[in-house]
Amino acid sequence: MGWTRRDARSFGVGAGYLAPSLFLFTVFVFVPLGRTIYLSLFNTRSTGEPTSFAGVDNYTELLASENFRTGLVATGLFTLYTVPVGIALGLVLAVLLNQRLRGINVFRTMMASTIAISAAVGSLIWLLLLNPSLGLFDYLLSRIGIQGPDWLLQPSTAIIAVSMTTIWLTLGTNIIVLLSGLQGVPEEIYEAARLDGARGIRMFTRITVPMVSPSLFFLLVVDTIAVLQAFTQIHILTRGGPVDSTRVLVYGVYLDAFVNFQFGYASAQAVVLFLLVLALTIIQFRFVERRVHYQ
Amino acid sequence: MKVLNYLLLTVAAIVVAFPLLLALAYSLMSESEIATFPPPIFPQAPNLDNYGRVFETIPIGRYLLNSFVVSTAVVVGQLITASLAAYAFSFLTFRWRDALFFLFLSTLMIPWEATIIPNYLTIRSIGWLDSYQGLAVPFMATAFGTFLLRQAFLQIPRELWDAARIDGASTFRFLVSTVIPLARPALGTVAIYGFLSTYNQYFWPLLITNQTLMRTTQVGIAQLRFEETLRWGLVMAGVIMVAVPTLALLVLGQRQLIRGLTAGAVKG
Repeated sequence: MGWTRRDARSFGVGAGYLAPSLFLFTVFVFVPLGRTIYLSLFNTRSTGEPTSFAGVDNYTELLASENFRTGLVATGLFTLYTVPVGIALGLVLAVLLNQRLRGINVFRTMMASTIAISAAVGSLIWLLLLNPSLGLFDYLLSRIGIQGPDWLLQPSTAIIAVSMTTIWLTLGTNIIVLLSGLQGVPEEIYEAARLDGARGIRMFTRITVPMVSPSLFFLLVVDTIAVLQAFTQIHILTRGGPVDSTRVLVYGVYLDAFVNFQFGYASAQAVVLFLLVLALTIIQFRFVERRVHYQ
Repeated sequence: MKVLNYLLLTVAAIVVAFPLLLALAYSLMSESEIATFPPPIFPQAPNLDNYGRVFETIPIGRYLLNSFVVSTAVVVGQLITASLAAYAFSFLTFRWRDALFFLFLSTLMIPWEATIIPNYLTIRSIGWLDSYQGLAVPFMATAFGTFLLRQAFLQIPRELWDAARIDGASTFRFLVSTVIPLARPALGTVAIYGFLSTYNQYFWPLLITNQTLMRTTQVGIAQLRFEETLRWGLVMAGVIMVAVPTLALLVLGQRQLIRGLTAGAVKG
């Protein structure tokens, strides 16, 4: 596989076109990822410079730390509360929107509106909704006889509050992705099922869900990764509290790096976050994809 | 049956959009009205006082300007870098092309949060804290955008390329005069997507801006939450002012945005 002069020339041209992107990826993605791993093996000064080699000390300290364990639990609960409910809700609404009706586009735009809403804006609105004295949420609960909690001040409900906010924020994306999945299902399949006597719930579980399983699978991966990266909701709603109940992995990275200035220790957590995202992507592709129906 | 469908759709749409509608309603109420019980939904005497107060409390005009400058810079940067790269990945043939494409795609598996510490240290060491460059430059390359543009470029007939070659047009000339104009819809998708995700950023601008005047909209309005007395009418007016540009973008560019999302986008 020697290089002729022509090979070198065409490579030079191609590389020239790729150069701007490659330069930026190198400076802001590849090298930083390497540096995160590197920093995680060192003790660092509060300004960020590595001082002495620590080996896996940061990692053993991490595994022994109470904070890290509660962080993992919080991350797990947050994912569990957010992703399945968000996708299920999105599917129901997408089925509702997948009708040929006059003016359907107005409803589609309204329900997709949260796509455009930033996490900061959404969090501020939910902060008001969940306010125990001014907010409507507890008031509406009280009307049906439920004593609403002080959502953000109790560890068990704070994570639910953050999850509800996140479900709302991702709902628009989920609806749009599932709606386009539904629109790809040929009408004949529904016709055939109808002739076989399928109706309502049965039609939904036997035909609709399997037919949009590629979209469901896609959202499972994308939403889980998005939840693992969610920072804004936590920062605005709870700041990781109360008593660390919402101190998810990303928030731990933030606190240890930019509040406690332990860059090495925080980098070890960032590496764990990276590995988690990587592993989830691989596992979901290998195991879930097999059960997914593709046309 | 039809009536029932419309009823269901209306109820569902109102429930989904409810938080947003409520923010709008509260932005038009006085603080004393907001404090009444039971919590009000419709303003008794709608007025724009809260909006005026936002201007007095925070430099919201400057925040909007900052956000627009940074988001526009990112969009322009992404369109240039992604067009060039997608062009190489679709029309040019050279060694290691597929390996390099894979390298591009691999950046999608690396969460930005996993690299945020070194990136912060880099930006600080080159003196880009509190600067537009620091806010924009790290996001000017996009693997997702490159992927999307490559798909669009591959739809362009090869005959055009052959004809241009015979006419003696240079490689770069063909990109500018033929490929870019034909791929306008895909470029629109990349632009809208890039603008929205930059405008809505929170973590990065929070980290690298300390001066009030360099803050972006998202960080700026979130500061209202940490004031000593929370004035909800004021916060909601700020929220609406910040959300209006992105909602307008959603209405105007819905088709492009949907194309981007269904092609496999991730909300950052």
